[in-house]
Amino acid sequence: MTTREISYRDAIREALFEEMRRDPDVFMIGEDIARFGGPMKVTEGLLAEFGDRRVVDTPIAEAGFVGIGVGAALTGLRPVIEVMFNDFILLAMDQIINQAAKARYMFGGKAKVPMVIRPHAGAGRGMAAQHSQCLHMLFVQIPGLIVVAPSTPSDAKGLMKSAIRSDDPVIFFENKLLYSTKGPVPDGDYTVPLGVADVKRPGRDVVIISTSRMTAFALGAAQVLAKEGIEAEVIDPRTLKPLDMETILRSVRRIKRVVIVDEGSRTGGFTSEIAARIMDEAFDSLDAPIQRVAAEDAPIPYCRTLEAEAIPQERDIVAAVKRLL
Amino acid sequence: MVNSTTGLTPTQLLEMFRQMLLIRHFEQEAADLFHRNLVHGAVHSYIGEEAIAVGACSALQREDYITSTHRGHGHCLAKGGDPNRMMAEILGRATGYCKGKGGSMHIADLDLGILGANGIVGGGIGIATGAAFTSRYRNEGRVAVCFFGDGAMHQGIFHECADMAALWKLPVVYLCEYNGFAEFTHSASTFPITELSARAAPYGFPAFTVDGNDVLAVYRAASDAVQRARQGGGPTLLIGVTYRIEGHFIGDPLTYRTKEEVVPWRQQDPLVRFRTVLQDQGLLPDAVCREIEAEVTKRIQEAIAFAMASPEPDLRELTSDVYTTAHQG
Repeated sequence: MTTREISYRDAIREALFEEMRRDPDVFMIGEDIARFGGPMKVTEGLLAEFGDRRVVDTPIAEAGFVGIGVGAALTGLRPVIEVMFNDFILLAMDQIINQAAKARYMFGGKAKVPMVIRPHAGAGRGMAAQHSQCLHMLFVQIPGLIVVAPSTPSDAKGLMKSAIRSDDPVIFFENKLLYSTKGPVPDGDYTVPLGVADVKRPGRDVVIISTSRMTAFALGAAQVLAKEGIEAEVIDPRTLKPLDMETILRSVRRIKRVVIVDEGSRTGGFTSEIAARIMDEAFDSLDAPIQRVAAEDAPIPYCRTLEAEAIPQERDIVAAVKRLL
Repeated sequence: MVNSTTGLTPTQLLEMFRQMLLIRHFEQEAADLFHRNLVHGAVHSYIGEEAIAVGACSALQREDYITSTHRGHGHCLAKGGDPNRMMAEILGRATGYCKGKGGSMHIADLDLGILGANGIVGGGIGIATGAAFTSRYRNEGRVAVCFFGDGAMHQGIFHECADMAALWKLPVVYLCEYNGFAEFTHSASTFPITELSARAAPYGFPAFTVDGNDVLAVYRAASDAVQRARQGGGPTLLIGVTYRIEGHFIGDPLTYRTKEEVVPWRQQDPLVRFRTVLQDQGLLPDAVCREIEAEVTKRIQEAIAFAMASPEPDLRELTSDVYTTAHQG
């Protein structure tokens, strides 16, 4: 299989182009996505190819255009909705949680809500408390939603294509600091299945389970540790809900030491959930307490030094591994 | 003979009367089932507001969409919903519209364009506007009628959707049922204005206030709005002024209003008024009226019998229908 080195941004962009060409029911809607090409330039060029019927700029009205997306999906279209910073998705929570996530169940299995919502998450750009959160856990809580958070260009493209083809509502968390990162992406039409984790690096001494941008940090930490003779296995769940526990448990049972890394808050966070599931299903396999590395329980601060301190860094992962060995 | 102001035939007029009566009986029986402790959840009665659902849905085609509210039985019946499956849903049975998993507040029939009752005040507004978006996207000519109570006029989603529906000229009719109450509070005390139709002009589309207890007035206003929407003219706001004869839900102690204030509204009962209109025009001889009443009574009794004879859903239903495909984890 031949591959090309492209950015995370271009990988998602390619997925949008390919799926819009493939299915006339797919359309894009959101703020600044058409004429401006998207605040993160992910939708650049779509308007020129597909026109303003299928690439729709909206007023700044998140509840309204997400709600319109729900209605469009219920009546047969496949909206892909950009909400920009994931902090802004909070304005549309009723539409997502009370309407989109529940329509199928509460209507007795007749409805389909094939929509994708694209927020971007993450700190590191000095955008402070209302533009830097990682809010995926709010959605992992909700039955009926699928939650995706890819860490590489290849996964981002393949998962976006699966998300658009899915008949269930998908919250697709991009990460603002990953957009310009590059990686190999296969040529041609391919998908990455929803709900399947990926072992990003095989190892034998410790399992690091990491999400989104934290996977890049975990792989960096693994390189540092390798120089000291410690071989870390790195697993990226890629889809946070439904969660591929089988892949995680297989490694946990073999390696017996676990570090979980997530950029969301520590309390009630994604690290808590994975730790609990491991305790439920593989407590006897553990040789040491699970180490959790997550964001401090504080809003993301502005100052560069404080901001870096607020979220996990490579050195925090290295330190967590060393506490286990 | 066609009615001079509505263009409706006698057959259509009698069908509207039959539908209003069907809703009235359905709601009376649903309340009775509630009082007999056979309903697990809440029942929000549409009694007194029947003219709005029937007037508006009579202006629609089968392919058109509606969204409804927590007070939704009337909208569903008026759009052609099956009383059997509705009653079964209210009683939480497997044969109900939602397999007993939704209850009164979530009845939907997507095949009839009924995009669901909704437990959230204003919850149908985004959905209706989105359905209208689909219609325009596919150039289908379908119209969405969005029923909501006056309480929902305060919700941000109304204002956001009105904004975009006007911007894109979406084929949607926003039909506000001004029934006097937002849950347990007199609506008038919640509005800084008295004429709710003023809330469309800022978004650049027309609004009309109609007597919501006059089914033909509702029909005329809805027909105009639906035609305008179908022809690409964009949204319309209709305010149907009516009165919530029952409480917020069946069993509501009604401590927030006097019995006296209900009296004049009982005299404006939309069913009585429409019956009088039909009788004055010689369209509803007593024998025909009795026949319709007997037929409607029988239909609702059938629905109750169907529901009572139906099983509860299998326990496996608890976790089915969460997703379209089975996922592990």
